[in-house]
Amino acid sequence: MTNTGTKSRAPEQLLSLRGITKRFGAVRALSGVDLDVYAGEVVAIVGDNGAGKSTLVKILAGVHPQDGGTVSFGGVPTAIPTPTDSRDLGIATVYQDLSLCDNLDVVSNLWLGRELRKGGALDEVEMEQRSWTLLRELSARIPSVRIPVASLSGGQRQTVAIARSLIGEPNVVILDEPTAALGVAQTAEVLNLIERLRERGLGVILISHNIADVQAVADRIVVLRLGRNNGDFRVADVTSEMIIAAITGATDNSAGRQS
Amino acid sequence: MITDPAAPLDQQDERLIHHTGVRGALRDFGQRMRGGDLGSLPVILGLVVIWAVFQVLNPNFLSSTNLVNLTMQSAAVGTIAIGIVLVLLLGEIDLSVGSVSGLSSAILAVGFVQLGLPLPLVLLGSLVAGVLAGLAFGLLRTQFGVPSFVITLGGLLGILGLQLFVLGKTKSINIPFDSVIVQFGQQWFLPAWASYTLIVIAVVVFAGNQLGQARRRAEAGLSASPTSVIVLRSVGLLVLLGVATWYLNLSRGVGAPFALFLLLVVIMHFFLTRTRWGRSVFAVGGNVEAARRAGIRVNRVYISVFVLCSLFAALGGLMAAARAASANSSSGGGDTNLNAIAAAVIGGTSLFGGRGSAFSAVLGIVVIMSINSGLALLFLESYVQYIVTGAVLLLAVVIDSLSRRSRAAAGRA
Repeated sequence: MTNTGTKSRAPEQLLSLRGITKRFGAVRALSGVDLDVYAGEVVAIVGDNGAGKSTLVKILAGVHPQDGGTVSFGGVPTAIPTPTDSRDLGIATVYQDLSLCDNLDVVSNLWLGRELRKGGALDEVEMEQRSWTLLRELSARIPSVRIPVASLSGGQRQTVAIARSLIGEPNVVILDEPTAALGVAQTAEVLNLIERLRERGLGVILISHNIADVQAVADRIVVLRLGRNNGDFRVADVTSEMIIAAITGATDNSAGRQS
Repeated sequence: MITDPAAPLDQQDERLIHHTGVRGALRDFGQRMRGGDLGSLPVILGLVVIWAVFQVLNPNFLSSTNLVNLTMQSAAVGTIAIGIVLVLLLGEIDLSVGSVSGLSSAILAVGFVQLGLPLPLVLLGSLVAGVLAGLAFGLLRTQFGVPSFVITLGGLLGILGLQLFVLGKTKSINIPFDSVIVQFGQQWFLPAWASYTLIVIAVVVFAGNQLGQARRRAEAGLSASPTSVIVLRSVGLLVLLGVATWYLNLSRGVGAPFALFLLLVVIMHFFLTRTRWGRSVFAVGGNVEAARRAGIRVNRVYISVFVLCSLFAALGGLMAAARAASANSSSGGGDTNLNAIAAAVIGGTSLFGGRGSAFSAVLGIVVIMSINSGLALLFLESYVQYIVTGAVLLLAVVIDSLSRRSRAAAGRA
């Protein structure tokens, strides 16, 4: 859980948002938001309630398209009108409410909608073996993959949800409040997992309220305030006071844009 | 975390309790039971109690002749219950199955007897009527989001009306005894050699499947059932099926409708447990939103299940008409609906969705028909039968709720 924000290699830019605008009726949820995501980097998006974090995530997940501005993926301008388009681009979204089927076991949940088949029937052996390989790579602590997900702890469930997003081999993983309902040990487990994602060279977008978690795991922190960018910090250069000041609007932070 | 790198891939976690060999399998079974993962155990115990009580009250109850009758009575409603299992797995309900089966009986009788159409055409027509009914329910459910309880309650009345319309002024139509369909429903029994051959084939397929699975798991570095356990299971299955068949063969044997019913159950079991479609049925029953986000086309799952349910209901109606050699305005009425739904629930399919098995249709219908047959042998009036069947259904639902609670406590949800 050390801060590795001082990586020196020149990373590949995966996702680039420029001037994103979104209105809901008379409410301007986002106005002119910019965001860049690089491979092997954890970008935290922080902000108060109503800052536009969820709206930004929903635009990337294809839940609703933006009204203005451009999204480029790998340098190519693109549109994300539906969730399927988002997935095809290689963006995996792990929602806050996990979206797991309690009655199915870990293997079934991991492969749900993408089941491997052999001669028309499900290939349980292959799926179970690859589940173990994936969980091992993530150093995930799941005792058995043949027990229903309902019997797992909150951290383990979060682990399954995140591991599932990797089955489709995405380039960018969006985590919406992954530590919101977790205890100390479970939070540490999930933060570890986020570091594994970074080591795999994925771009990770982390939405969180918890400044300590964000500082522990993120490379860069993007602050949103009332639908606008209000700071883009390298974690190494910033204190939690500065982040909170940017979130609450105590500073209209132009100094934070230096990175 | 990894304590023993030589252990199978899925048993390396030190926290995991695992047992090996035949005794280990038995101990795992005991632990599952205590954890509320009862499976079919309560039904089987219940069946043993029911059979013992009726056998004491009337020594003819467990006679081969009576058990053959029981299987013949079970086939039609059991087939309808397969469809109910499917809708219950989605967490939905279909109250119209009785009416759909009655409509299909009526189409068979009117088309075949009154209009003199060729039998295959009439059978096809009845099944198509079932498919159309299911399609209508599925579309209403998915396009308008109306609860299936209300849709199929409407279907119950509407399709009963269609049944009466098809029958017209004739209230009751007899189907000739020498027709193929009545022969199938009443007279066709598997020859003894054929029944034993089928059992041997079934057990060989089962054992081969299990051994193949175990070999592939071992090759993949996963834990596998030891050959001794598989052999024991296969021999157990062989003995169970063999003894049952031998006993039925003492009188008329295994009826063609009952054999068809069992075949359909096995086929649906395969589809539910081993295909993508089956997995999505369980997923939708467990958490619709999760299934949708996983890219499952939820609407197609709903529609396919409602269509299958009505199709099974129509087929059950044909089997009922074949056995009764007639169709009338009360075909599929009375307790058909309740028996089919009760069979699925008593057999262990949860009313809460996402949990159950095609085999619960067999277990459930045998329990219900045992009660019917036992009470009939005691010459009790039909009101007793209704009360007892209702009480057994309530008991099954209570067991379902209780085991759900203890599963949650034992972490098996």
